Amino acid sequence: MARNKESLVLLIEVGPSMHGVLPEVEKVCCLLAEKKLIYGKYDEVGVVAFGTTDTKNDLTVEVGGYENVTVLRDIKVVDGALVDALHQLPRGSACGDFLDAIVVGMDMMIKKYKETNKGKKRLCLITNAVTPTRHPYEGTKEDQVKTVAAQMMAHGMKMDCVVVRAQKDWDVDKKIVEENDFLLGLLSNKSSSKVYVGNATALLGALRTRNITPVTTYRGDFELSSIMKIKVWVYKKTCEEKFPTLKKYSDKAPPTDKFASHEIKVDYEYRSIEDPKRVVPPEQRIKGYRYGPQVVPISSAEWEAVKFKPEKGLKLLGFTDASNIMRHYYMKDVNLFIAEPGNTKAILAISSLARAMKEMNKVAIVRCVWRQGQTNVVIGVLTPNVSAKDNVPDSFYFNVLPFAEDVREFQFPSFSNLPSSMQPNEQQQEAADKLVQMLDLAPAGGEEVLPSDLTPNPALERFYRSLELRSKDPSANIPQIDETLKRITEPDPELLHQNTAVIEEFCRSFELKENPKLKKSSRRIREKPTGSSEEGEGVAAAGQAMDAAEYTSEVEVEVKPLGDSNTVQEFEAMMSRRDSPNWVRKVLKSMKDKIYSLVEGSFEGDTYQKVLECLVALRKSCICKLEPDQFNDFLCHLNEFCQKRHIDSLSDFLASNNVMLISKNKEPESNVPETEARVLPLKEEP
Amino acid sequence: MDIDPDDVFGDEDDLENEFYQERDATKEFLVYLVDASPKMFSTSCPSEDQKYVSHFEAATSSISVSLKTQIINRSYDEVAICFFNTKEKKNLQDLTGVYVFNVPEREDLDRPTARLIKEFDRIQELFSKQIGSKYGILPGTRDNSLYNALWAAQALLRKGSTKTADKRILLFTNEDDPFGNIKGVTKLDLMRTTIQRAKDAQDLGISIELLPLSKPDDDFNVSTFYADLLGLEGNNLADFKALAAERFEDIKDQLRKRMFRKRKVRRINFIIAGGKSIELNTYAVVRPTNPGNITWLDSVTNLPIKAERSFFCSDTGALLQDPPKYFQTYKSENIMFTADEVSEIKRVSTGHLRLLGFKPLSCLKDYHNLRPSTFVFPSDEEVVGSTCIFIALHRSMLRLKRFAVAFYGNSTHPQLVALIAQDEIMSPSGQIEPPGMHMINLPYSDDIRPIEEFHTDTNLAPRPSEDQIQSASSLLKRIDLKNFSVCQFANPALQKHYAVLQALALDEDEIPDVKDETLPDEEGFARPGVIKALEELRICVYGENYKQEDDTMGSQKTSETSNKRKAIADNATKEYANYDWPKLADNGQLKELTVSELKYYLNVHNLPVAGKKEALISRILTHMGK
Repeated sequence: MARNKESLVLLIEVGPSMHGVLPEVEKVCCLLAEKKLIYGKYDEVGVVAFGTTDTKNDLTVEVGGYENVTVLRDIKVVDGALVDALHQLPRGSACGDFLDAIVVGMDMMIKKYKETNKGKKRLCLITNAVTPTRHPYEGTKEDQVKTVAAQMMAHGMKMDCVVVRAQKDWDVDKKIVEENDFLLGLLSNKSSSKVYVGNATALLGALRTRNITPVTTYRGDFELSSIMKIKVWVYKKTCEEKFPTLKKYSDKAPPTDKFASHEIKVDYEYRSIEDPKRVVPPEQRIKGYRYGPQVVPISSAEWEAVKFKPEKGLKLLGFTDASNIMRHYYMKDVNLFIAEPGNTKAILAISSLARAMKEMNKVAIVRCVWRQGQTNVVIGVLTPNVSAKDNVPDSFYFNVLPFAEDVREFQFPSFSNLPSSMQPNEQQQEAADKLVQMLDLAPAGGEEVLPSDLTPNPALERFYRSLELRSKDPSANIPQIDETLKRITEPDPELLHQNTAVIEEFCRSFELKENPKLKKSSRRIREKPTGSSEEGEGVAAAGQAMDAAEYTSEVEVEVKPLGDSNTVQEFEAMMSRRDSPNWVRKVLKSMKDKIYSLVEGSFEGDTYQKVLECLVALRKSCICKLEPDQFNDFLCHLNEFCQKRHIDSLSDFLASNNVMLISKNKEPESNVPETEARVLPLKEEP
Repeated sequence: MDIDPDDVFGDEDDLENEFYQERDATKEFLVYLVDASPKMFSTSCPSEDQKYVSHFEAATSSISVSLKTQIINRSYDEVAICFFNTKEKKNLQDLTGVYVFNVPEREDLDRPTARLIKEFDRIQELFSKQIGSKYGILPGTRDNSLYNALWAAQALLRKGSTKTADKRILLFTNEDDPFGNIKGVTKLDLMRTTIQRAKDAQDLGISIELLPLSKPDDDFNVSTFYADLLGLEGNNLADFKALAAERFEDIKDQLRKRMFRKRKVRRINFIIAGGKSIELNTYAVVRPTNPGNITWLDSVTNLPIKAERSFFCSDTGALLQDPPKYFQTYKSENIMFTADEVSEIKRVSTGHLRLLGFKPLSCLKDYHNLRPSTFVFPSDEEVVGSTCIFIALHRSMLRLKRFAVAFYGNSTHPQLVALIAQDEIMSPSGQIEPPGMHMINLPYSDDIRPIEEFHTDTNLAPRPSEDQIQSASSLLKRIDLKNFSVCQFANPALQKHYAVLQALALDEDEIPDVKDETLPDEEGFARPGVIKALEELRICVYGENYKQEDDTMGSQKTSETSNKRKAIADNATKEYANYDWPKLADNGQLKELTVSELKYYLNVHNLPVAGKKEALISRILTHMGK
């Protein structure tokens, strides 16, 4: 792990022009430090602030100059103090000079690592670049930047620039901004990247907070045919950053044990379903696959002999019009095909294909087997990615396409066939058009709001923040979602405000109402997320009201509670009355109540024989009345009921007398397959 | 879900109601009714491989293929196979001339089993011995085997209700005039009762389909008798013939593919703006198919087993109940969270879909993808008016070429999503793309990797010349897959899996070969035009004297590593001979060797060399069988 450690120097402008966004800068830097504490515990980080009132750095002592640059933290292994330092950045009063800061940062790196750690050194510059840089003592600014860039290359350093450009600060000197952009552009063409961000939300997503060294999924030939092959490397372009897997905590270790891991081990045991007492050793297991109602056992050796084993390689199947591949058929995360780095001919081959495809609006269909021994093939589509940067070669995006088996042919009614009440009229259509047009997240000439590449994951951000809070105060509550991140989960109030008229028009045009014919839907009420809006409660209340209505209509039929002596006979007599489904249900219910009371009132199993008789009668009636679920549910409940009260002997007694669930075979309405019917009531809690 | 166009009597209100109800039957009950009269054996038709087979053989073999497909695709559907015009009789009502084919451990109408398929594959030889063929409708008697057959079939289909099951009779015959040799009033009478029988069945919700077999020179005349039986009239009658032939082919060429019933995944609220929120159903239309669930079995008894999980404290070894808390090590401390708190963290928004705004389609890049898309379709079930708003937005988005950006506050996976409107695409054979929107998960900035710039250096990237692009374009024109459709390939791995499963389940001797459709079209690539275009591009980009192998650093690198590996192996073989391994192992002296010495043994025997010394030793001992 230590071998991959990254060294990073954060260069943060804290001058007056930056004060507005510093809270967001603090957040994103903290996030970076917090992630490093989990994923890169051995990474080393230094922090330099520029535009500070004070000056504190080695260079000013050694050679003079470099004022208003403060080294907040020397390069050392990440720790809690780093998070704290980043949490409260100083507010400076001077104009920051980002060139000075870069030189100071480089100086720190060079002094610390000399020639080592090539390629793992990174500078991160966060600035708005609106204040002028100082003139160098000799040469032009351009020369100076070129020297800096050359030095960076020589020492294997990379630099990420995040330039904050909120639209409001356009009152600054345009000339300075242009000059700075030009200088940063010079830097970024060499060994670094540069992104512009327009708002606080994008700033939170702009900094790469976790450094992952990419690995190729494939290196080798891309076969156009046997005549022509191109050397390519395939990388993952998108890959979901998952929520960290939390370990399960065990509090069994004594508190005095300092070295307790508190971890929990998971152990699996395999038991025969027919005979739960028999344990099957894991190596004695064999995989079975369903073939109709049967299960066919197939050993892994058998599979190995016959399974599909394609040859490793990438093969072109052909080209087709881009319109033939609809966007929603992309199946998985995306790969990137690049020509083998340094191989000019391969780069040219990929480039000419990509440019031709882009020009003609075509895509390529390829068949991929990434590794030898892979047991399936992947069919995917290559779309051209023509590079906008001069020093970046063209490449292809690769998306996996579905197979015939993966597409489910569900039919949906045509919109034109729907009744006219569901069709929007002209005026409604116009209102919708306006909404779609005006609620615009990518205004022409303006900046795209919420671009994927700059949008952070709000849930992850919240997790790391909770982690930091908890580390300081173990009883801290989970923090609310960050205000800035609300722009991701909720519409921008400003955008809504601008379009009040359009939205009002839209709302006036369409009428929504609750379906009056809707029957109570308990399911939906349950599905409501906690803390959802009040409308959910409205539905719930309506549901309850309907429940009540149903009950009142049922009161008319009275069911007499079953007696003690001739319970079964009484029950059967009542069942035979066949008044209405309600009646049957009521009688069943009264029988169930009776059984419950018998079980509860039992002492040393003295009522069990009676319970058994009642259950048998109930089961029979349930089969007759096609209500197998009534019985099945009840038996399950009874089982739970017993377990709660530790009346274990009843289950055994029932099992020994063969009282079981009503299976599908007995009664087609039942949902219980034959195999489960025997098992379920006997299930014991561990 | 489709609205029945014939349902002209229902008023609009009813129509709307119907629209809510999922009307798909959950399963299908099918009776194959096969004519087994001597005529079925005596006439023949050409089969695929140009051999002549009898009509009976053609019918049974297509049923056999269909059963094999069905057991994988829809194994919960139930079938019965019933012959009529037989010598023997075997059926519930004890009707003459009707024989219901079945195997033990199976009801007459039941899910197909391996045994049924296996036995049915041998029907050719079994038939004459056990069942026998005989005309069932003869002059002078009032026996009516067709009537009996329909009755028997109807009796088989008695189980289950038509609400939950789709009931069908599939009739295979080559006799277009079953009552041809009967005259006068008797004939009329027999015909009338038979047709009445069929009507009764149809009234019970059973549909009867006919698969006529005909000789090339003697067409099956539907209008003689069966048109009346099936209730065909006018146009339907004309269409019937074309369809029948097609249907026969369909039975044979079905892909083995597990069928999924249309079912909504979730009902979600789509909050638009200004307090308007509509109701949507989500459907999983595209999802990778896996070979089906694995049931673990005990290899000794072949009986199913279940896994039981238990948790142990790794410090004390105590058995734990389900753990209440989770932790993450952070700043060398254990930070605790309860399961509730973890889900609270993920709940960054209410569980709804919330509209944020719209963007032009060009903003959706090809790399903005993580998982299969989800289809959304409006529903008026709870909120009347949802569909109307949805259609309006759908039309606007299509026309203005925009997609919606929304936040989907799913409790496990809160995600920014793109909603893309998809217009309906129809073909003569049905709907290709349903109308609605596709919900695509957008990646966050942390999910996107800047790979393009990973290998960049100061130099300008080489760019192709006009000529090179031109020759690439002409190649594109040459190798053009017209009418390519995303689902034209079957998954070869999955098809192989099903084939192996079938072979093992039915004890077939050889495993059928599965064609890999995903391989490039050899013939197409060998066309002179394509070869010429490829050659041109190669010369244009790589130059005249280009050899595939020599210019790459990658291959050098790999050869370097493989050389190194070879050197290690050679060295190991040499050194290996210097030790008396079994003796060292017996005397317990292995631990006195160094790790690199131990690795000689491991290298020679192709064992993994990773791990601590103890691990290496135990690996050696295991390998020696000690």
